[in-house]
Amino acid sequence: MKVRIILQLLSIVVGAAAAVPANAGTLDVVKAKGFIQCGVAPGLIGFAFPDGTNNWSGLEVDFCRALASAIFNDPQKVKFIPLSAKERFTALQSGEVDLLSRSTTWTMSRDTALGLRFAGTFYYDGQGLMVKKSLGVDSALKLDGATVCTLTGTTNELNISDYFKANSMKYQVVAFEKDAEARKAYDEERCDVLTNDQSSLYAARLQFQNPDESLVLPEIISKEPLGPVVRQGDDGWFDVVKWTYFALLNAEELGVTSKNVEEMRSTNNPEILRLLGTKNADGSAAGFGTGIGLSEDWVVQILRNVGNYGEIFERNVGLDTPLKIARGKNALWKDGGLQYAPPIR
Amino acid sequence: MTVDVEPRGRFSKFSWANPKFRSFVVQAALLLLLLLSFLEIWRNTLSNLESRNIASGFDFLSKSAGFDIVQSLIPFTSDSSYGRAIAAGFLNTILVASLGIIAATVIGFTVGIMRLSKNWLASRVAAFYIEFFRNIPLLLQIFIFYTVVLKGLPSAKQAFHFGNTAFLSNRGLVFPQPLFGEGAWLGIAGLAVALLAAWALLGWANARQARTGRAIPVSVISLGLIVTLPLGGLAIGGFPVMWDFPELKGFNFAGGVTVIPEFLALFGALAVYGGAFIAETVRSGVQAVSPGQIEAARSLGLHQGSTLRLVVIPQAMRVVIPPLAGHYLNLTKNSTLAVAIGYPDLVALGGTVLNQTNQAVEIVGIWMIIYLTLSLVTSAFMNWFNSRMRMVER
Repeated sequence: MKVRIILQLLSIVVGAAAAVPANAGTLDVVKAKGFIQCGVAPGLIGFAFPDGTNNWSGLEVDFCRALASAIFNDPQKVKFIPLSAKERFTALQSGEVDLLSRSTTWTMSRDTALGLRFAGTFYYDGQGLMVKKSLGVDSALKLDGATVCTLTGTTNELNISDYFKANSMKYQVVAFEKDAEARKAYDEERCDVLTNDQSSLYAARLQFQNPDESLVLPEIISKEPLGPVVRQGDDGWFDVVKWTYFALLNAEELGVTSKNVEEMRSTNNPEILRLLGTKNADGSAAGFGTGIGLSEDWVVQILRNVGNYGEIFERNVGLDTPLKIARGKNALWKDGGLQYAPPIR
Repeated sequence: MTVDVEPRGRFSKFSWANPKFRSFVVQAALLLLLLLSFLEIWRNTLSNLESRNIASGFDFLSKSAGFDIVQSLIPFTSDSSYGRAIAAGFLNTILVASLGIIAATVIGFTVGIMRLSKNWLASRVAAFYIEFFRNIPLLLQIFIFYTVVLKGLPSAKQAFHFGNTAFLSNRGLVFPQPLFGEGAWLGIAGLAVALLAAWALLGWANARQARTGRAIPVSVISLGLIVTLPLGGLAIGGFPVMWDFPELKGFNFAGGVTVIPEFLALFGALAVYGGAFIAETVRSGVQAVSPGQIEAARSLGLHQGSTLRLVVIPQAMRVVIPPLAGHYLNLTKNSTLAVAIGYPDLVALGGTVLNQTNQAVEIVGIWMIIYLTLSLVTSAFMNWFNSRMRMVER
């Protein structure tokens, strides 16, 4: 906790050259290292969760695996570093991780004053409230006087204050550093309400002994666009992360999946051919992958190893998983959602 | 007569062979090197922060915080500034550390004396207490206390109550808050007069006993004064005290003063853990008093209580105080483990501010300065106390 922040600070203070070489971009450093260091949530079912052998899986984990596939053609070349909400930005800024793929809300102050860059909204979320069914509460507006458990240093902590103030209700907040501690305090009835991004609440509910005792209230009290984050000042690396995300969306939009990617290479749809980096008719390279410092096959590698955005979503949090989250706002734009990627051309 | 070990005139003042000059040069060079490296660290930090586009400086302290705090000794809303949030955290640290120090001292002295008791049971119980709590990591004890408070106490609706005025539940301890109206100053004035009178009485009684050998029951009279005078003052003012009674409303108690469970758990763990160390220190201090002193006191006809109070403890204190200062410093610093259970102390709230603003270098700087100051003030006080208790040789 504290020790870690201090160590990270020390690396900002003393070891600038060691952490991030002044001239080499993060992509070169990552290639030289042979793996990506990816900051993830410390155990959130469906988003980032380690199994008994420290093999991570989840929506946000799969983004890092897609990135590793684009760079190394190997989804295993990722070192996952679990970070609490409090540690995450210092870890990124000090170079301990190459990117955060960790339920981090895109806000103006983070995008500007913190020296961060958000590569896109990988998951459109909103803050929700969870209560015990035994309280008999069916709306967030009936929570006057309630005690709320939340995480320190999050946008949730700020939104809940705004929400209760806007609705002239009183409340008491108990802020914990670790997700597990907040969940435990809620479970032991220190608080009436547990608040977090709705997706996290559904995941947290599954980790209780009796998930059915709790209920997520219908209100969504904020916008929480979650996405991968990199440091400012390294446009090359920012492009790689951003276009990995766009490639996942474009592949879904064009109907290219992990199963049909090999056949699709010989399609005659020029958009798909550009996506998959197939050579031009005159035999010259398409140049999109090499243009950002990757191989021409970068999207093929992503799709072969991880699949497109829709596959990642359904596999980790979709209707066939315990979380049962519908695509909703995370559907593609053409299906009425918000997920939209600029074209590859 | 002084003996001059340096033969004069053999070296010039600025010769390398002159040990004084040599050590001056070496030390000056080291100091310069140290200053330069600090300067370089400072410069490097600033340039790194700049190259990463991270804003620096202390401007953020006056910006509005936007979050709420569960326990604050000063008025705090989400519109208050980050600086005020840090101040609230500082006061919460002071609160839990000072109450923890008092409780640990009381526990420590009681258990330390019990440990030396001739009563087998008392001494065994004390020994068990010391060995048990001294050897379990504090963080674990805090978690255990917190779990006991949360799991062991009923919910707010089924709270234990004391005549329906104070309530104990897993939301904490709630008790009525006195609201002082006009004329309450008479009560405070009464208290001040009573304290002054008690102090004067003590001085007079001591002088009288030294002169005549006759003692009067000072403590009983003082207690009487301290109880009756403030009450008398309030009575003249027409008892201008209202009580704000807690009441169960909806989810929780409204009104009164709430002691949050996080505070109870942290305070309990710090007092119990610190008390175990202090008990050992007290035992060693008492055992350091030569048995001859006790025998001498007995042969003068002092009974057991007086022997302890007048002969043993004053001498034991000289051994006890220096390590006691160390225990106090440790207890204050250990209070930072509060962050694990969500008690809003300086580190927890500083961490929140750090995370909302990401001014890591500034916040860690503030932490270090505050804890350093707290520690230095505590040790300055203990040094002063130690010099007061020191043996005055005549």
